[in-house]
Amino acid sequence: MVPLHYYLLVSAMLFILGTLGVLTRRNALVVLMSIELMMNGVNLSFIAYSRYLGNMEGHVYTLLSISVAAAEVAIGLAILIALYRNKPTINIDDFNIMKF
Amino acid sequence: MINLSLLTPEIIVLITALIVLILDLLPWRGRKVLLATVGVLGTVGALLITMGQWDLREEAFYGMVAIDNFSVYFKALFLIICTLTILLSINYITRGGIDLGEYYSLVLLATFGYMFMASGTDLITIFLALEILSLAVYILAGFMRHSPKSNESAFKYFLLGAFSSAFLLYGIANIYGVVGNTNLKDIAQYLSQEAALKNPLFLAGMGLLLVGFGFKVAIVPFHMWTPDVYEGSPTTVTAFMAVGTKAASFAAFLRVFFYTLEPLKGQWVPVLWLLAAVTIIFGNTVAIYQKNIKRMLAYSAIAHAGYILVAMVAGNDLGSSSILYYLLVYSLMNLGAFGVVIIVEKKEEENLTISDYRGLAYKHPMLSAAMSLFLLSLAGIPPTGGFVGKFYIFSAAVSGGYVGLAIIGVLGSAIALYYYLRIIVYMYMYDPEKEFLDGPVPFFSAAALVITAIGTILLGITPARILELAHYSISYLGH
Repeated sequence: MVPLHYYLLVSAMLFILGTLGVLTRRNALVVLMSIELMMNGVNLSFIAYSRYLGNMEGHVYTLLSISVAAAEVAIGLAILIALYRNKPTINIDDFNIMKF
Repeated sequence: MINLSLLTPEIIVLITALIVLILDLLPWRGRKVLLATVGVLGTVGALLITMGQWDLREEAFYGMVAIDNFSVYFKALFLIICTLTILLSINYITRGGIDLGEYYSLVLLATFGYMFMASGTDLITIFLALEILSLAVYILAGFMRHSPKSNESAFKYFLLGAFSSAFLLYGIANIYGVVGNTNLKDIAQYLSQEAALKNPLFLAGMGLLLVGFGFKVAIVPFHMWTPDVYEGSPTTVTAFMAVGTKAASFAAFLRVFFYTLEPLKGQWVPVLWLLAAVTIIFGNTVAIYQKNIKRMLAYSAIAHAGYILVAMVAGNDLGSSSILYYLLVYSLMNLGAFGVVIIVEKKEEENLTISDYRGLAYKHPMLSAAMSLFLLSLAGIPPTGGFVGKFYIFSAAVSGGYVGLAIIGVLGSAIALYYYLRIIVYMYMYDPEKEFLDGPVPFFSAAALVITAIGTILLGITPARILELAHYSISYLGH
C-alpha cells in the first residue's frame, strides 16, 4: 500500500498549483479551472485520509464537495457569460471599472 | 436522531423561497408585491417559530445541527435582516428594472444558508451552509445583468469567494485527517489531550480555516473584494450582504474558534490581535478617501469587522456577549444607512457620491435625520446602539488585558467620526441644488427605516436586556 504522506504531498502540490494559477493566470476560464484544481487537491486528501483512517466519511465529503464545485462552476460560467455580453473579453485585467 | 421538526423555521424559509418562484409564473401584473408579501409572511412566520425554540437545547441530524440559544439568537437576527431587506427592495428593484421573482427567492435561499451557518455543529455543515449562502449572493450581486459594474462585482465576488472556500475546505480536510471526524464536539474532545495541541497538521488546518473565514467576514488582508463588490452590486444586495453574510460568517467563526478551538487560544489570539489592529486602522483610514458612498460604507464595514475581532481577542464573557450585541446593532444601523442610500439612489448610478447628498436636509428632513442617526450610531456616539456596542467591546478588551488593542479601536473610531460626519455636513450645511426623489418616500422603505431607527435608539438607551439575552445565548455554548 502506498503510504499516506505520498497522497498528501500530491494533494498539497495540486492545491498550491491551483493557488498559483488563480494568482498568476489572466484568462478567466483558466482561473476557474485553477479553482477546480484546488478543490480536487482537497478531494484527494479527503479520500486519502478516509482510506487511511478506515472510515467512510471522507468519501461522503468528497461527493458533497464535488457537487458544490459543480454548482459553483455553473454559476461562475453564467456570470462570465453575462459579463462577456457587456464587454467581450475574458482577460481578468480588463474587469477594472471599479478601482481604489 | 434526525428530529426534522426542530428545523421548522429553516424548512419554512426554504418552502417560501420555492413558493415565491412558483407564484412568479402567475399571469398577473401586480404579482411582484404579492411575492414580497409572501416572502415577508414566510420570514415572519419562521421568526415566530424560531423564538419559540428559545431554551430548547436540542440536536438534529445526528449532532450536525444544534438548536441552542446561540443559533436561535442568530437565526432571529437573520430573519429580521431578511424581512427588512425585502421591505427595502420592493421599490428599488422595480426602479432598477430587476423586479424578477427570483430576486426574493434568492434572498430567502441566502437566509436559509445563514441559518445553517449559525446552527451547524459540524465543519461540513458549516461549509455547505457557506456555499448555499454564497451561491445565492453571487447571483444577487450580478442581478443587474445589463450593468457592467454589477457583472464585474459578481465575478470578482465569485472568484474570491470560490478561492476562499477552497481554503476553508482544505482546512476541514486536514482537521478531518487528524481527528477522524469533523464534528465540533469530537474536535473539542480531541483537543483535550495535551499532545494534540502541537500537531502541525491540525494547526495548518486551523490556519486555513482562519483564512477561509477571514475572506467571508472581510478582515484585512482578505478584504480586497469587499469595496468592489459592495460598490457594484445593486444597493439592496449590498445592504443584505454587508449585514447578513458578515453576521452569518461571524456566527460560524465564533462557534468554531471561540468554543471548539478554545484550547488553542495561545496560537490564534496573537494572529487575530494583529488582524484586528490592521483591519481597524486600514478600514478607517481608506474610508476617508472614498467619494462613492457605497464604497465608503464598504470600508466602514471592514472596520466594523475589526471591532468585532477585538471582542473575539478579549475572549472573556463580556467579549463574547458583546459580539452578539454588536452584530445586532451593526445590522440595524447599517441596514438603516444603506436604506437611505437605496431611497435616494436613482437609476444610472445617480446620487451615489457623497457630494450628491448636499442639501438633503432641506428637501427631506426626516430622511436626513434618520441618516444622521445611523451614521452617528456607526461612529459610536451616545445615545445610540453603536455607542453601547463599542463601549462593551472595548471594556471587554480592557478587562481581558488587551489595553493596546482597545486604544487602537478607540483611535480608529475617532478617525471614523470624520468620514461619517462629512455626510452629515453635506446634508445640513449646503443648499440643495436639485430634487432628490421622483416622488414621496416609498412606503415599505420608510417602514424599514422606521424599524431600524427605533431599534438603533432602543438598543442605545435600554441595552441591558438585550445584552443579558446575548449573554444567556452564549453561556450554554460548548457545554
